[in-house]
Amino acid sequence: MIAAALLVLGSAFMLLAGVGLIRLPDLFLRMSATAKAATLGAALTALGAAAHFGDAAVAGRVVVIVFFLFLTAPVAAHKIGRAGYRRGAPLYEGTICDEAKGRLPGDAGDQ
Amino acid sequence: MSAATVGAFAALAVCGATVLLAVVRLARGPSTADRVVALDLLSAVAVGIMAAWSVAANDAVYLDVALLVALLAFLGTVAFAAYAEEGGRQ
Repeated sequence: MIAAALLVLGSAFMLLAGVGLIRLPDLFLRMSATAKAATLGAALTALGAAAHFGDAAVAGRVVVIVFFLFLTAPVAAHKIGRAGYRRGAPLYEGTICDEAKGRLPGDAGDQ
Repeated sequence: MSAATVGAFAALAVCGATVLLAVVRLARGPSTADRVVALDLLSAVAVGIMAAWSVAANDAVYLDVALLVALLAFLGTVAFAAYAEEGGRQ
């Protein structure tokens, strides 16, 4: 029962990330949707598998998966965002603050 | 069919819908970075699909696949980002 709930909840978070990827207006907002919601969703589904098997060896593997996802997702999102910003990815027209403007050496975003 | 199996198949269906959404963004772009974000989401969904499938098939060996997908996807994303930053410095 707990396993089923965790699996469905996790996949629902991933679906939310997918909706965000389609509907959000610029690269950085889309990146934040996938980096946070999709990572949480994948971690919840993996925890659901751990709850289903109820076995120390499986739980150990799931802990490794979750730890690694939480360790790498922010790094990967930061690297994509930085590369996109340097390439001059357009910001959403409702953006009110761009603190990185002109601060990255040699970036494509500073005019 | 146990509750866990039903939940696993429901999760697989929802993950399939997410894959479709990610593929739409992958096709539309507009920039390369948007496509890499879509691929990043696809890899996270692949981890979720493998976890749900391990429950549906009642076989824990699929979790090893999930671990490997997570490892390789991170390497691919970071490699692209390094390449794109170099390109931005011309």
